[in-house]
Amino acid sequence: MKQKVFSSLDAAVADIPDGSRIMFGGFGGAGFPNNLIQALSRKGIKDITAISNNCGTREGELGIMFKNGQVRHVIAAFPGPHANYFQERYAKGEVTCEVVPQGILCERMRAAAAGLLGFYTTVGVGTEVANGKEERVINGKRCILEKPIHADFALIKAEKADALGNLTYRLAARNFNPIMAMAANTTIVEVDEIVPVGSIEPENVITPAIFVHRIVQAKGLRYAG
Amino acid sequence: MPDKPRLTREQIAQRAARELTDGAYVNLGWGIPNLIADYLPKGITVYFHSENGILGMGRRAKPGEEDYDLVDAMKVPVTIIPGASFFNQADAHLMTRGGHLDVAVLGGFQVSEKGDLANWKIPGSKGIGNIGGAMDISAGAKNLIVCMEHTTKDGAAKIVKQCSYPLTGIACVNTIITDLAVIDVTKAGLVLREVAPGWSPEEVQAKTEAQLQVRGRVPEINLG
Repeated sequence: MKQKVFSSLDAAVADIPDGSRIMFGGFGGAGFPNNLIQALSRKGIKDITAISNNCGTREGELGIMFKNGQVRHVIAAFPGPHANYFQERYAKGEVTCEVVPQGILCERMRAAAAGLLGFYTTVGVGTEVANGKEERVINGKRCILEKPIHADFALIKAEKADALGNLTYRLAARNFNPIMAMAANTTIVEVDEIVPVGSIEPENVITPAIFVHRIVQAKGLRYAG
Repeated sequence: MPDKPRLTREQIAQRAARELTDGAYVNLGWGIPNLIADYLPKGITVYFHSENGILGMGRRAKPGEEDYDLVDAMKVPVTIIPGASFFNQADAHLMTRGGHLDVAVLGGFQVSEKGDLANWKIPGSKGIGNIGGAMDISAGAKNLIVCMEHTTKDGAAKIVKQCSYPLTGIACVNTIITDLAVIDVTKAGLVLREVAPGWSPEEVQAKTEAQLQVRGRVPEINLG
């Protein structure tokens, strides 16, 4: 059986190449893979495309990647008022950004996960989000075509994993993590605890192991902001 | 001559709370809407929805009670009520966009006479702007209420013929509740439902760029 459990954060991200498209879970300070982000930044990665709800909270969450100039393009729903390192680099033209309605960001990732090549939605019709997108009328409603968002890697946070990669999440720290887990070629999860296979009741599994490729245990590192 | 007193932000929230009914599933946005939970009419239970995957959100956490895995859309630690559930962000927005919530309340920079909403970016501001969940919520809400001040700090009208700010959604607003009025968006245009205590419909119209329709006597907003 393929060994998914990695002994260190650095080993879990070691082969992620420069220029990768990478998803990062988390919302509102909860459910961010902060330890994996630190490891990725520490390895000196460059020119990534980041897909994330926000662009960091000062140095926290994705903030360190913007501070160090490691992101070339970002797809986000809410870059955020506390994403000062993103804002500085965006203002200088060092990073480009596509702002996407939050639920549409989710659905574009789900489309990628589900093998769908796009979908029509009323969200964003008549706004700048619709610029350059195909528009048509379905059932009398104006709608625009949204295309999938896929990634090479997803870095996510869960509460528990078994060695196969079945995951559970704590409270509202679930947010984007299960969606991103499904939409990337390689999903790397940091968890609070790794438990024996069979100890997570099958009906309590939120992310099935098929979507998880690397597991690393990490103590919670939080950035309140 | 200084203007007459207007409703406070808390009083706008208090008036908006009266639009909520027992058992309703409700999403509250940033700003004034976030105050509404403090003013629910006695004896009703409302199930608050948060875009990060909570249904049945309760009051804010007290000091010492905070759990930073349980936060609302503004990152504030909250509690849950009996019968609450957690789910992922896609399902959370499936609820907003798919018309499953009964009421959504958002803040606004501008609302047009057709019910277009602008609330995510100020023209000329630095930075790229934050859409967040507002476009999904406005596109899918069965009943979208916008709570905002009637005019800008400089006195410019925020209820306008056509929005000059970047749009969040078109023809999506059902009701506007401000510090001066309650206004319904109808196919026939904006209808003035209530005015702030001491204000006449003509005085409210003078602070409004879009045309307001007055049908009979317009009652004052009752906060009682």
